[in-house]
Amino acid sequence: MSSAPIAPLAGIVAVAALSVATVGVFRRGGGPARARFLGHRGVSAGLCWLLFVGAVALLAPLLAPYRPSRQLDIVALADHAPSWQYLLGTDLLSRDLLSRLLYGARVSLGIGALAMAVAATIGAFVGVVSGYFQRSVDSVLMRIVDLGLSIPRTFVILVIVALAERVSLGGLVLVLGLTGWFGTSRLVRAEVLAIRSSGFVTSARALGATPWRIVWRDIVPNATAPLIVSAALGVGNVILLEAALSFLGAGVQAPQASWGNMIADGRDQLVTAPWTTLFPGLAILLAVMALNAVGDGLRDALDPRGATP
Amino acid sequence: MGMRVMRRALAGMLTVLAALTLIFVAIHLAPGTPFMPRGDRPPFDAATVARLRAQFGLDQPLVTQYGHYMSALAHGQLGESFAQRRPVAALLAEAIPNTLLLASAALAIEFLLGLAIGVFQAAHRGSRWDTALTNLTLLFYSLPTFWFGLVLLLCFGQWLHWLPVGGIVDPITYASSDWFARVGDRAVHLVLPALTLGLVGAAGTARFQRSAMLDALAQDFVRVARANGVSERRLIWDHALRNALLPYITLLGLALPFLLTGAVVVETVFAWPGMGKLAADAIATRDYPVVTATTLLATVLVVIGSACADVGYAAADPRARATASP
Repeated sequence: MSSAPIAPLAGIVAVAALSVATVGVFRRGGGPARARFLGHRGVSAGLCWLLFVGAVALLAPLLAPYRPSRQLDIVALADHAPSWQYLLGTDLLSRDLLSRLLYGARVSLGIGALAMAVAATIGAFVGVVSGYFQRSVDSVLMRIVDLGLSIPRTFVILVIVALAERVSLGGLVLVLGLTGWFGTSRLVRAEVLAIRSSGFVTSARALGATPWRIVWRDIVPNATAPLIVSAALGVGNVILLEAALSFLGAGVQAPQASWGNMIADGRDQLVTAPWTTLFPGLAILLAVMALNAVGDGLRDALDPRGATP
Repeated sequence: MGMRVMRRALAGMLTVLAALTLIFVAIHLAPGTPFMPRGDRPPFDAATVARLRAQFGLDQPLVTQYGHYMSALAHGQLGESFAQRRPVAALLAEAIPNTLLLASAALAIEFLLGLAIGVFQAAHRGSRWDTALTNLTLLFYSLPTFWFGLVLLLCFGQWLHWLPVGGIVDPITYASSDWFARVGDRAVHLVLPALTLGLVGAAGTARFQRSAMLDALAQDFVRVARANGVSERRLIWDHALRNALLPYITLLGLALPFLLTGAVVVETVFAWPGMGKLAADAIATRDYPVVTATTLLATVLVVIGSACADVGYAAADPRARATASP
């Protein structure tokens, strides 16, 4: 048996230090909006954590002490408690938990970000089209949104994913994205409706600007702030949803690690090896908390009216 | 007002019909079939599967199946479960009271606790307590519900032995105990799942309530009242809270189905025999009639909930009536 895996640990510590330093440097410059945004302690801490987790996820092949699905020694090392050699312990199949967490970060964060990107894109498009062109387009699109909002999302995803037997990661992103845009489109539509009737749009139209020019140059840039805020707050929700699906066995499939299915794996050893359940849950909690803190900060910075004193 | 309610009801029924059709098609087009036992049971031979498919009408065209299902539904029949060979209505009748018990307990915690925290924070805005509670609600709001449930189980069930580790009643002693002990037994089993759902929900409600209160406190009429010498306590309770309570009508309408579906995961963690667990098990075993029925019920609840919220909001707030959407 060898001792603690020094190089990977040093790498992780270095990434952590770099993240803190980056946020520290970023805090120095910028105008009042950035100061308001980063002045909040929660936002800075959240950004540090997101940078750290993101970098660690990207560098997982370099930083993970072991291969994530390697069964080190199924007899001697099953459910090994956290130690210097296996910092976060091992699971029932003697896989190193730290390595699985690092690789799981890629899956969980990646799915969260990509699915939200899909949802935000569709939601923004539908919202702008619906809000600007109104009339029949608007009523058809909004009836679809009503329908989408009235079928409980968890149910739909469970039905689709579970009935399809195995879902690839891309499929999961699509399913999560395609079921997540309804709320966003309503938000964007409301914003577009407000901007549409404002003075500068009327003058642009009077000056002979084409509808598409008005949409692209006047409406979209002004409607992005609520979109960004809702997307930032939405990523956390998608991560929680993916974790719940994987926990129910309908999300990311073994042997690929995601934070959600790690909890599902650990659940049966909850009493004998609590670390197999606790650490992935903590990873989800911290990542989602950081995302929500940054989302709150963005909302306060981009929309001073709603700023909490 | 009457017209408005009628129109809302009609739109709601159309929504339910469209959702039902969507779900029906999605379920039947998805790969994977029922009658493929998982686990240790031996697989059925091809002849048996064909016979079972014919018996449940699965060998007919989708349109025919849809017609049969809709006509049965119009007669109030939800069909028979493939997996349990019992009427779906009977399964629902067993599950619904359990979910209602859990959901109402969780809703009570969510709204009462959330409201109290939000109002307290708004009354003491900027104080140390406010900051601490903001961080605490952010933490609970970010919790994966099922993991929180597992942690509570581990702490209070396994380590401290204060509370049972799942189920709805004690399987051994419940049948032989008297009425009083039975109520106690149910209550003890309810604590952890209700706390899991309720605390996570309360965090969201508190976050919402705090900003609603601060919005209300920033309005002109509050400033005028304050200038006229109205006490801060009355400002909070009489002026701000009354206005900040309006969105609760909407929140309550939306919370009804959320607790039913959000309970899928928590009911699974705590082995709580409610709607969520029924649906999750049915999906896993391709039990089409049960999946369709639970989804139908959930959709109906969403539609009813949001329609009630709209009507209630219009009744409570005259401004909403003036700007009613087409």
